[in-house]
Amino acid sequence: MDSSKSVNPPATEIVIEPSRGWLRVPWRELWNYRDLFWQFVKRDFATKYRQTLLGPAWFVLQPLMMTAIFTVVFGRLAKLPTDNVPPMLFYLCGLLSWTYFAQSFPAVAGTFTGNAHLFGKIYFPRLTVPFSVVVGNMAAWGLQLATFAVAWGYYRVFTDFGQHVLLGPLPALGLLLMAQLQIMVLALGVGLLLAAATGKYRDLQHVLPVLVQVWFYVTPVVYPLSMISKEARWYWVATLNPMTAPVEAIKTALVGGTSWTPTLALGAWATTLVILIIGLAAFSRAERTVVDVA
Amino acid sequence: MPQPIIEVQNLSKKYQLGRVGATTLREDLGRTWARIKGAESSENEGAFWALRDVSFSVQPGETVGIMGSNGAGKSTLLKILSRITEPTAGRATLRGRVSSLLEVGTGFHPELTGRENVYLNGAILGMKRAEIDALFDEIVAFAEINQFIDTPVKRYSSGMRVRLAFAVAAHLDSEIMIVDEVLAVGDMSFQQKCLGKMGDISRSGRTIFFVSHHLASVESLCSTAIVLNKGRVSFHGSQIDGMRHYLEQVLNTMPSSEVILPISTKSRPLELRSIHILNATDGKPSDAHINTGDDVTFVVKCRSNEPGKHFTIGIGIHTKNNERLLTLHTKCDPAFNWDALPGEIILTCMVKRLPLSSGRYPLMLACATGNEIIEMHRDLMALQVFSGDFFGNGGAAVGGIVNLEQIWAVEPNPRV
Repeated sequence: MDSSKSVNPPATEIVIEPSRGWLRVPWRELWNYRDLFWQFVKRDFATKYRQTLLGPAWFVLQPLMMTAIFTVVFGRLAKLPTDNVPPMLFYLCGLLSWTYFAQSFPAVAGTFTGNAHLFGKIYFPRLTVPFSVVVGNMAAWGLQLATFAVAWGYYRVFTDFGQHVLLGPLPALGLLLMAQLQIMVLALGVGLLLAAATGKYRDLQHVLPVLVQVWFYVTPVVYPLSMISKEARWYWVATLNPMTAPVEAIKTALVGGTSWTPTLALGAWATTLVILIIGLAAFSRAERTVVDVA
Repeated sequence: MPQPIIEVQNLSKKYQLGRVGATTLREDLGRTWARIKGAESSENEGAFWALRDVSFSVQPGETVGIMGSNGAGKSTLLKILSRITEPTAGRATLRGRVSSLLEVGTGFHPELTGRENVYLNGAILGMKRAEIDALFDEIVAFAEINQFIDTPVKRYSSGMRVRLAFAVAAHLDSEIMIVDEVLAVGDMSFQQKCLGKMGDISRSGRTIFFVSHHLASVESLCSTAIVLNKGRVSFHGSQIDGMRHYLEQVLNTMPSSEVILPISTKSRPLELRSIHILNATDGKPSDAHINTGDDVTFVVKCRSNEPGKHFTIGIGIHTKNNERLLTLHTKCDPAFNWDALPGEIILTCMVKRLPLSSGRYPLMLACATGNEIIEMHRDLMALQVFSGDFFGNGGAAVGGIVNLEQIWAVEPNPRV
């Protein structure tokens, strides 16, 4: 502090001017703010269930309750097939792939609206917030995976489930992680795009829950992709939807399935990366002046 | 001369009036449609320049006070230098690590404990975890909340919250600090402590960029001043000259005939409505043009909601350096009594032979009951006085602000 300033020229020089270019991601600065990133992750995890009766147990209970509802509604009432997988395991697996996505992309979409006050008072690389959301939500996913593993173990030991259809442990793990990584990137990309849009047009906030619902039904979460015949008129929707491939991949990895193909995965990855780039561009454009609008 | 630590060149920021606040998709589609149909381009309609071609530079170690009335562009300048929003044109270069404090306790989460919030808030302000670790005990000691550090912040009193927040901010180690109004928080003794800490920071050779409406804190902390007026720099120089320039500017923009006060939603025992000044010479109280030596009537309209209560009203007349020159007060007329009147009231105060020389004098209006101040409005309006013939000598000016009727005599001195 008392060292002579003229000897040590300031290490940093910040130039503030109207920005040009359509895609500017300050990677170095984001790295410098990694401590803030972890603080956000910790804050979100700690505050979500503080002062609740059961605490983090909700991360486990919620999917279990949803599974019970799905078993009744889609299994017993609607009688949707589950590809010879025990219904409970089938729905748990579907939820494992869907819940993370359904919670993450709307949370990312709320970046500007939910942090308007913070963004109006202090600068930090705005991408810290969406990154912390998609990484932070992985904790809940991990707990959900553990829940699934317990149920899976039960069915494996006490029933004849999985005698013939399961992959080996290593390919299964690889497939699972690749699929989940794609879901993460997709949630980030879609969320960033929607964040830029809702920052400008607040009315889009009301469309968000509808979008989640529609997306849920066009994705083979509670029904197998095999249910849609390849000749069906709407089959292209299922393949175009970048959530189809990872959901099917996770089913293939965990409960066995035959619908997943590498081609499907490649297409989904390509779509996902395009969405991510558009999302990043829209977000970095919006973050410049969104404070003036808020 | 060393390289300036802050260099601002032609910085401008344009806002679209009427479009502040999120638009709806329908409005924007309508606008696009209008453009397609070939309607007049509405690009410059309602454009408002919050900052226009602002340029200045700040040397390392300077403490710069930014002054200006509401809407002069202070907040916009601060937001651009803090990188919260982008300029429309121009450029600013900051050579050093910057920390900006537009508010204390930004990002505090009520559910988290004091300890967790120190780490969160520190990280938001740009501190590394290791830095916070090293400074943690010092921060807690400064905030004086040792035994509550592991209690959720929502259980803190507002004073404790502010102390903890300021303690974190005060321990930032950066070459440039951008500070806004944060000193107006906490109790008196803590405010003193904060001011002391700010002084320490500026003496340690760091550059402080300080925005405040508290002229006193600008006076005690700042070495130089920048005065903004309608988005442009109207003065840049020493702190003393800057204060003078600012006060003059404020005075010149004050209304001088009548001020109607906004109606408050909160019910009060006495509500001030308006004040205006009339020339009462020759008993024709219609003219607002006032000369030195005229009889002047100050008219205050108000509403009394609690009849029978004892109210007092005071009008302070100030010099342009904001020192009290004299006070007109209901207490000053022993014969005056209005306790019983309820409802809408018009109070008048007549001053015979106004003794003030030509100039503009800021007025303050306040009402009270007992020792409790109900309303107080500083710098509400200006009393504009033109030169007049106070002494009956044809208007020959003798200098000074106050004129006193005086009787001179002369006689031979017999002793010598």
